[in-house]
Amino acid sequence: MVSPLMPEIFTVCAGLLLLMLGALRGTSSVSFILSAVVAIFAVGGCLLLGYDDGRPLDTLGGMIIVDGFSVWMRLVIFAGLLVSTLLSVSWLKENQVLKFEIPLLYLLSGVGMLFMVSANNLLALYVSLELSSLCLYVLAAVRRDRLASAEAGLKYFILGALSSGLLLFGISLVYGFTGTLSYAGIGAALSPLELPAGAMVGMVFILAGLVFKISGVPFHMWTPDVYQGAPTSVTALFAIVPKVAAFGLIIRLLTGPFASLHDQASQILIFVALGSMIVGAFAGLAQQNFKRLIAYSSIANMGYALLGLLSGEPEGVASVILYLMIYMIMTAGVFAVLMGLKRQGVALENISDFAGLGKKAPFMAYSLVALLFSMSGLPPMAGFFAKLFVFQAAVAGGFFTVAVLGVLASVVASYYYLRVIKVMLFDEPIGAFDCDCSISRKIVMVGSVVFILVFTVLPNALLDQAQIAAGSLFP
Amino acid sequence: MFEIGLFHYLTLAALLFTMGVFGIFLNRKNVIVILMSIELMLLAVNINFVAFSSFLNDLSGQIFTMFVLTVAAAEAAIGLAILVTFFRNKGSIAVEDLSSLKG
Repeated sequence: MVSPLMPEIFTVCAGLLLLMLGALRGTSSVSFILSAVVAIFAVGGCLLLGYDDGRPLDTLGGMIIVDGFSVWMRLVIFAGLLVSTLLSVSWLKENQVLKFEIPLLYLLSGVGMLFMVSANNLLALYVSLELSSLCLYVLAAVRRDRLASAEAGLKYFILGALSSGLLLFGISLVYGFTGTLSYAGIGAALSPLELPAGAMVGMVFILAGLVFKISGVPFHMWTPDVYQGAPTSVTALFAIVPKVAAFGLIIRLLTGPFASLHDQASQILIFVALGSMIVGAFAGLAQQNFKRLIAYSSIANMGYALLGLLSGEPEGVASVILYLMIYMIMTAGVFAVLMGLKRQGVALENISDFAGLGKKAPFMAYSLVALLFSMSGLPPMAGFFAKLFVFQAAVAGGFFTVAVLGVLASVVASYYYLRVIKVMLFDEPIGAFDCDCSISRKIVMVGSVVFILVFTVLPNALLDQAQIAAGSLFP
Repeated sequence: MFEIGLFHYLTLAALLFTMGVFGIFLNRKNVIVILMSIELMLLAVNINFVAFSSFLNDLSGQIFTMFVLTVAAAEAAIGLAILVTFFRNKGSIAVEDLSSLKG
């Protein structure tokens, strides 16, 4: 019988082989390794398609569970990894950052994320989270000759290590007060009638550690600095994939072992969601750097996504899964445009540099306009439906005030998206743009724009999948 | 005779953990001190795990400790490596020099 972990096994083995190749052949093998990693992600995703998601399967002694949710989330993660590696291929070549470790670090952090969404034990949770985080710390600092990159890596590392410390302290308390590390055991030990205070404190610490990973307020401080300082291709990876994986982890924890602590957990979620939406909306207003702006936008978006989890119902979870997919696709499109924007070989990152893009490079400019409209939640685009479903879920759960505040925050946030559009379309051009748009970037850009426009017509295809995935968490 | 029980171990671990957290936030001088504080936090958690494990007669807590130690070693290696690249660019490892990115 084929192991349900075939995609991970294949990815790890192929990655280790490539690591040996890179170590033996050095820099000359970089472009081969880059294309091989893209192929590995594609094959890994295809291997998942063969899985029959009838009933959940425990593997590795109960450490890992493979169910409909894990299969769908892994598919999303593979797609995100594939897209961000595709974007990196041309970026790394153009910017002469030819290190064979970079694609392999993508691959290894990806393996960590794949395990995160199928973890069924606190030990598996911790190890997979660290596997992905440690690779990401290195990736942030991978441009060793740049101060900004080194500083971003250092900040990310310090705050990341602090958050994993909080997470571990929480895990130790939950372990001590329930006597087990397995999700099923914890779920059985915690019943609404009998809640040990220690386990509750432990859950708060675990959530605090995980909120860091999705850059929710109050643990969002690292996001703008890391997004700005890290090389753009790595920033794209940060923005596209790890948050989906961390969200998968949170969803599984809150619907499985901590289901009886839902009332307490939703207090925290309300605080984090409101904080993220408001900070993301207001702090983004003053930004001049586009990567920082995207960072604040991601903080706000994670706040909206958390709204779907408040009710603890399958519909809410489905809306979160859908939100994450749409957010991922929009972000990929935005980064595809951003990586192509250059003037005399220098990458443009400040919003004021985008002036006149509408006249000089209308194709890229209007793609970005569509993507930014979608991000701000304007009706015909996919981003509107994503927001609609999470707000609907929050209202259905009775969280009216939070939903209304969320809508207001989203109105404030739309100002900064519109400002970028205004600068691009109506300001006088400063100079010409180099438009050497590589083919892989073009594919991602056009793909995401088509997706956000077509989603209006066929919203059900993805929504059904999200509902099936969410349904498997509620047997 | 004074008996040392689970409560004492947990208090010790909580104190060490708090010291670690405060070490990160109150320290204004040196990034190395931050790395030490992180290590202190992880070791405090290990005390928790071992105490619970012995109290519950369950081995998985001690196994977890082994994993934490291993990951902490990897984390320290990566942290020091990033710190070295930062030092090469900036010529300093003072916390206040971590300031080129802001806004």
